[in-house]
Amino acid sequence: MTTQPETVSSDAAPTKQSGFAATDVLVNEFAEGPDTVEKALASPDELQPHAELGLKDDEYERIRQILDRRPTASELAMYSIMWSEHCSYKSSKVHLRQFGEKAPANTRMLAGIGENAGVVQISDKIAVTFKVESHNHPSYVEPYQGAATGVGGIVRDILAMGARPIAVMDPLRFGAADHPDTARVLPGVVAGIGGYGNCLGLPNIGGEIVFDPSYQGNPLVNALSIGVLPVERLQKKEATGDGNIVVLLGARTGRDGIGGVSVLASATFDEEAEQRRPSVQVGDPFMEKLLIESCLELYDAGLVSGIQDLGGAGLTCALTETAAAAGTGMRVWLERVPLREASMSPTEILASESQERMLLIVTPENLDAVLKVAEKWGVWATAIGEVTPAGADGTPGRLVISWNDHVVVDVPPGSLADDGPVYARPLREPGDLILLQADRAETLPRPSTGDELRETVLRMAASPNLCDKTWVTEQYDRYVLGNTVLAQPEDSGVLRIDEETGLGVALSVDGNGRFARLDPYEGARLALAEAYRNVAVTGAEPVAVTDCLNFGSPEDPAVMWQFAEAVRGLADGCLQLGTPVTGGNVSFYNQTGAAAIHPTPVVGVLGIFDDVARRVPMGFPPPAKAGGDLLYLLGETRNELSGSEWAWVTHGHLGGKPPKVDLAAEQALGRLMSRASKAGLVSAAHDLSDGGLAQALLESCLRRDVGAKVTFPEDGNSAFVHLFSESAGRAVVAVPRGHDKAFLALAAEFGVPVSAIGTTTEEQALEVQDQFTIPLAEAREAWSGTLKKLFGGPAEASGAERSVTLELTDPRG
Amino acid sequence: MRIGVVTFPGSLDDGDAARAARLAGAEAVRLWHGDPDLHGVDAVVLPGGFSYGDYLRCGAIARFAPVMESIIDAARGGLPVLGICNGFQVLCEAHLLPGALTRNQHLHFRNRDQWLKVEATNTAWTNRFTPGQEILIPVKNGEGCFVADQKTLDSLEGEGRVIARYVRGNPNGSQRDIAGITNEAGNVVGIMPHPEHAVEALTGPSLDGLGFFTSVLRALAGATADGQLAGGQQR
Repeated sequence: MTTQPETVSSDAAPTKQSGFAATDVLVNEFAEGPDTVEKALASPDELQPHAELGLKDDEYERIRQILDRRPTASELAMYSIMWSEHCSYKSSKVHLRQFGEKAPANTRMLAGIGENAGVVQISDKIAVTFKVESHNHPSYVEPYQGAATGVGGIVRDILAMGARPIAVMDPLRFGAADHPDTARVLPGVVAGIGGYGNCLGLPNIGGEIVFDPSYQGNPLVNALSIGVLPVERLQKKEATGDGNIVVLLGARTGRDGIGGVSVLASATFDEEAEQRRPSVQVGDPFMEKLLIESCLELYDAGLVSGIQDLGGAGLTCALTETAAAAGTGMRVWLERVPLREASMSPTEILASESQERMLLIVTPENLDAVLKVAEKWGVWATAIGEVTPAGADGTPGRLVISWNDHVVVDVPPGSLADDGPVYARPLREPGDLILLQADRAETLPRPSTGDELRETVLRMAASPNLCDKTWVTEQYDRYVLGNTVLAQPEDSGVLRIDEETGLGVALSVDGNGRFARLDPYEGARLALAEAYRNVAVTGAEPVAVTDCLNFGSPEDPAVMWQFAEAVRGLADGCLQLGTPVTGGNVSFYNQTGAAAIHPTPVVGVLGIFDDVARRVPMGFPPPAKAGGDLLYLLGETRNELSGSEWAWVTHGHLGGKPPKVDLAAEQALGRLMSRASKAGLVSAAHDLSDGGLAQALLESCLRRDVGAKVTFPEDGNSAFVHLFSESAGRAVVAVPRGHDKAFLALAAEFGVPVSAIGTTTEEQALEVQDQFTIPLAEAREAWSGTLKKLFGGPAEASGAERSVTLELTDPRG
Repeated sequence: MRIGVVTFPGSLDDGDAARAARLAGAEAVRLWHGDPDLHGVDAVVLPGGFSYGDYLRCGAIARFAPVMESIIDAARGGLPVLGICNGFQVLCEAHLLPGALTRNQHLHFRNRDQWLKVEATNTAWTNRFTPGQEILIPVKNGEGCFVADQKTLDSLEGEGRVIARYVRGNPNGSQRDIAGITNEAGNVVGIMPHPEHAVEALTGPSLDGLGFFTSVLRALAGATADGQLAGGQQR
């Protein structure tokens, strides 16, 4: 079993960032036994492979200063992992501070940045925790396992806060839809997310699927999970209590995922990427399900003093972070760790990223009870160490790790967890930005006749980014747990939290790499605005934010500038909207060679419903006898097409400046929708974003096979601009006859621009007066066939099913 | 009436099945895979999920759980048992029902709202429906393709033991569009789609799923009245 890593390490040796030195070291360990503190003192000048492990020379020197000797092989591996970009946030820290500094006053947040996930109180007794994370690099190397363990990892973060995970979402970005490698990556990623999430019993309630050539060598696989907990069950990670027992719970430790964070997540890809497969973890959702149930039983029995999940950086991260957080020390006996492969070296055990593991801190008197619960669920639980006191002078304790009586690690845990290097990397606006922004899409040739507009609507509906995503979402279980009120393709996922009161939440996650490429500051605010709007149109009150910041190499000043601008934009936006960033994740090095991805800040917004029964769906309801519902366009439409889906689909064009952001207007729209849904004034609402009004109308019609007849307001905009502009702060709503006066009064009260644009109709067609008519059957044909053609397998979902499907979710029904 | 819902390691829809039983007016009693005691329940639901990770074969390990030995005996004695999705797979592995559930023909997990045509309504779990009635129930499985030899399929149809077929599209390639079947006595029913996900207007595509749970209550009421399954076939 040792042959595989050895082979790979020798193959990968030439690349500076190969990172397999961890297993090179292992070879020595077999020859001469493990490198110990004793040996380190005896051989101060022994050359060490710090560069291969991704440590810069000055970083290596700092380690020697901290330890006042050379690190042992195990210590070196631990520092290389904990000081990697992925774990230490060394390039992003100086910017991420703004999320704290600019955080709006908020009384709901029980836990925030720095915890495994942010926790938001939604009622006197109940809190929810949610977070989005990236698993981009592993998913490119091994799509199925990479995506599957991405779900597993974020779910354990949620679990570690004391919450029961209740849903997942997945924002996905791939290269060109028709590129052969996309046909390798996408089906694997989708199967991996489904395979893990479905088996875990978590409904998948939404996400994104975006295609763009900039992601060809670096697909983005982000995963969001949300959990619910009684406020008093909130868990801490601190390893407090001198003499408390350190318990490793869950799967046995194997050789999978060694060096994952330092190898995959902290280096750009090169031709050796294929050889890095052993750095990808392998998931077992059944074990994770048992882990969830046993942890929840342990929480409820009050048997846990501290808990931390094992994900990236495995034991190394969990041991150092729990000890550092408490300022205590820890004594660990590595030979007690249950292994899949007996031959594993201490370095490998410490570096392994084997999935489905949690680290528990329990009092000695509770140990037996803890082991019993683990036994009930058939999960391994092993006491591997104990908490040791801080120094008499109040200095933090030390982490001492032995392996068969060899002391292989003796470090101050804080030096790994908290005192990693921090870089203020150079920033430079991309040289091409001025030219890019000057090349506006508003000047491109446009369709003008009704026939041209009609053809453009159909062509765009069939394009990979706007087409029906059923082929993907049908592979996810959206029903399990029985609390899914709305799921994809709705604007937000809506979950019932409390069956008694109807208390619930809405979640949406959005990003637009093209907008961010044109202006990262505005791009981040546009992502926030869209997610906020998607939550608001369902009638929920947006309260908190999580983010996944996907960028290229931080060593490129242009990328670093994009990152700095995006963080500044998001922080400013959250301050203005009063929705704090509760946590998130940074993914750098999404770059192959010189080609970085579009800067892609992905933003998740959480909203609260006092009663989910009043949620507003996106589909137009079947017309009543008295006649169809009245359709209104909310917000202001401007001649804004730069970065739009229209410019991309019809001209392959990306240039100009993204649409104007008006967060005050977004807030007004949100307040209007919340009040309107409480008063039961709207039967449907759909956010306008990619593809503009044309796509929004088509989607709301197709959802339940209801037609619409539309006339554009006389506001100086051409029919083309009305159909395809991507101005922000807009939504289309359906208002049952009789409610229109009340709704218009409400819109006036909140100062939201509103124009009557038509009605829903018996006739199953989308008619734009004086321009064109598209029978819904023809629209569905164009819209629903694309992904099946590209990736094969199941795709069709007949409208008949859908119309009946949602009969009972009509707010008036 | 007390309806037991079994939890195996890896069961996922056990909470939903219990909720459905409650909404139908029954008392839901949670049964643990390791405990052979059925705690005097009047009927049992084997819920959906991935029991024991579906390792080896779907339902192949669950079938040997201590609770199953009691359920198998009780079922042979007439106890109403409903197996949903993974529960259906367990019933086949336990030989309480014929045939097997294999990988979907298209090889993908598929979750959609599925139309079914109810056929046999003389069972403990379908007596509230009318023959030919079309109902909308979510289907979600990766291994839901029902297969059996021709002779078995013929006798299932000949004896009126097909309780529902897929209509308006077959989601997994099941032979003869079979979505659910019953045993000779009509007390044991297996169905691949998920009735427990169609019991509330807020969260389901319809309320059609409730019929399965109200059916067993009627059957049990009948059973207590005249000592046999109402509408059930004679054994």
